[in-house]
Amino acid sequence: MKNNLLVVPVILPLFTAILIFLISNIKFQKLLSFVSTTFCLATALYLTKQVSVKGIQTLSLGDWPAPFGIVIALDLFSGIMLILTMIVSLAALIFSFKTIGSERENYFYYAFFQLQIMGINGALITGDIFNLFVFFEILLIASYILMALGGKPYQLQETTKYMIINMVSSVLFLVGVAVLYSTLGSLNMADLSVKVGKAGDQGILKVIAVIFMIVFGIKGGLFPLYFWLPRSYHAAPSAVAVLFGGLMTKVGIYAILRVYTLIFAPTLSSINNIILIIAGLTMFLGVMGAVAQMDFKLLLSYHIISQVGYMIMGLGLYTPLSITGAIYFLIHNIIVKSCLFLISGIAEKLRDTTDLKKMGGLMATDPSVAYIFLIAGFSLAGAPPFSGFFGKFLLIRAGLEKGSYLIVFVSILVSFFTLYSMTKIFKYAFWGTAPENVKKVQHNHYFGLVLPAACLALLTVFIGLNTEWVYSYVNSAAYQLMNPDLYIQAVLGG
Amino acid sequence: MNSLILKTVATPVLYLIVSFSVYVFFRGHNNPGGGFIAGLLTAGAFVLQYLSFDSKTVKSNFSLNWKKLIPVGLILALGSGLGGMILGYPFLSHSFGCFYLPLIGELELATAIIFDLGVYFVVLGTALTIISVIGGKD
Amino acid sequence: MEFLMALVVGVFFAVSIYFMLSKKLLKVVFGTLLISHAANLMLLTSGGLKGEKAPILSDGSTLSYADPIPQALILTAIVIGFGVTAFILVLTCRLYKTFATDDLSILRGEANEK
Repeated sequence: MKNNLLVVPVILPLFTAILIFLISNIKFQKLLSFVSTTFCLATALYLTKQVSVKGIQTLSLGDWPAPFGIVIALDLFSGIMLILTMIVSLAALIFSFKTIGSERENYFYYAFFQLQIMGINGALITGDIFNLFVFFEILLIASYILMALGGKPYQLQETTKYMIINMVSSVLFLVGVAVLYSTLGSLNMADLSVKVGKAGDQGILKVIAVIFMIVFGIKGGLFPLYFWLPRSYHAAPSAVAVLFGGLMTKVGIYAILRVYTLIFAPTLSSINNIILIIAGLTMFLGVMGAVAQMDFKLLLSYHIISQVGYMIMGLGLYTPLSITGAIYFLIHNIIVKSCLFLISGIAEKLRDTTDLKKMGGLMATDPSVAYIFLIAGFSLAGAPPFSGFFGKFLLIRAGLEKGSYLIVFVSILVSFFTLYSMTKIFKYAFWGTAPENVKKVQHNHYFGLVLPAACLALLTVFIGLNTEWVYSYVNSAAYQLMNPDLYIQAVLGG
Repeated sequence: MNSLILKTVATPVLYLIVSFSVYVFFRGHNNPGGGFIAGLLTAGAFVLQYLSFDSKTVKSNFSLNWKKLIPVGLILALGSGLGGMILGYPFLSHSFGCFYLPLIGELELATAIIFDLGVYFVVLGTALTIISVIGGKD
Repeated sequence: MEFLMALVVGVFFAVSIYFMLSKKLLKVVFGTLLISHAANLMLLTSGGLKGEKAPILSDGSTLSYADPIPQALILTAIVIGFGVTAFILVLTCRLYKTFATDDLSILRGEANEK
């Protein structure tokens, strides 16, 4: 019942952030955050291994028993997400050593970076819906600061919009929690799951389910609510955009998957057609936005929206295979999206612009970057043998089995457009002639700039080639999600 | 603001409010009160100083770096959670005991008070940092 | 009493949404402040407004105590709101100093038209 190691992914970043606030030596701050993030990654790997062997791990904070106190629970899905969070954070951290600049470092950039990780990790492992709100707020406040640091006019503008939208979504979250509490009288997710089954009035539960869909939809960038996303991610500095693009929206998707499979599973059958429509529109409109863009970072930001649609499609189909597909796609997308944002950061560093028309010739000057992009781009579009192929394959097969041909058609169509926009980036940024007097990656900077992207690209190849091994974990994660009894028993019983 | 009455009263009242905040802080375990509200009260006392004198005078009177209070408070709060963890209990476990102190008599002390002290420092540090940063730029 | 609170919450939401639809940045910020108060009041009402004793077991009288959970939730939400409010006020201040306007239709930014 108690596994104190579970709090390490939350406490360690917090502790690191505190130390960074106390010690102003930048070199020490870098070393400390590197060591702490690596250690967190190791802990996440160890914990997930434990979960896969021993089952869901839980911890009641302060020794208060489950439905009354706050519970931390780690199942395989959150374990996998935890590992990916730490991998992407590590990559973004190494990348920010070389790119973020002393101006931001002096204003405790690394501390807020750690607080952001703390918020994400906390949201992943908590078993209490109000606690989820608190961790969402922590990661949001850290993200406001990371976005605003630097204080350029464009940044200030976009941060203000981003903040106001997220404040409204937080308020909706609170409203959802309030209605949920007054209806069911509990905040523990496992307890809620039990009580939903016994609740008489399903109408109000549907309302609550939709409120939560809107809240997490704003965070995850779903169809009618994604308008804030591209500009905000465009305004953030590259290293921060990696963190945002790779992880922030995915935490929203994680929350949707968690809350809907655990609490709102009974209501899911009545709204899953709506979810599928949202998924299709999100995919299609996102990729259309990407096709129209001529800016590296904006284009990638629109792709985030489009890819989020696939994950929601997995939820809308709601079969064991589709949930497996959604988790697999989530894994793939976190890795590849972060890799692509890293490459856009490198390109921005080399060419001092994110406008594709003013780039060009990166293939000639820095071929290694071009090859990494090629791998990541193909993987995003879903070409075999990279990881993107299997995620889409699972989802499409689940769709065909369920007979939802329209969504399958849309998702295949969107894949082609994705490929098209990736070739567009490749044509403008990597081929063509370089503008005059361009910078080249200096050899002493190579480690910090290219290595994180290269590692992530290798990871997508690795996942693509070792599908069966990864699939076995993803499959049991989906099994745990489809059978909430396991989660309930781990949290409440014993 | 340049009011003689305010300037005369501000400093005695500071001690009054701070001692009241200490009272509120300690009654917080079983009654309404606690670290958060005590921190806000203390911050209010210092805001009164900022209102009656200019920020330079306040800085020379109280040579405290408010910003440093935040990490110190956080460490206290985090440490109170870690204490139970080292002894093998879940994170944030607290315990309490009764002690007999001369003059005061029997006193119930809980380790949760360390957490509350941390909250007190964080609230005090945050509130005063915000006020001195926003107010100091006029 | 609950009905009255529901009315108050409704009025709060209406006023804050009206503020948020305004073109002036400061009014939008006030709108976000008000709406978070509306949510806090709603949380308070969610537990029901009965009972006046503090929820601490003392001398066996467990009758009519107030539900502690909404209070704890509100305290947390207020603290979070406090931090976010301070941040957005400073941000608005910086924005106003940089652009010398608080008209949101001007603050759209030229990048939107790209």
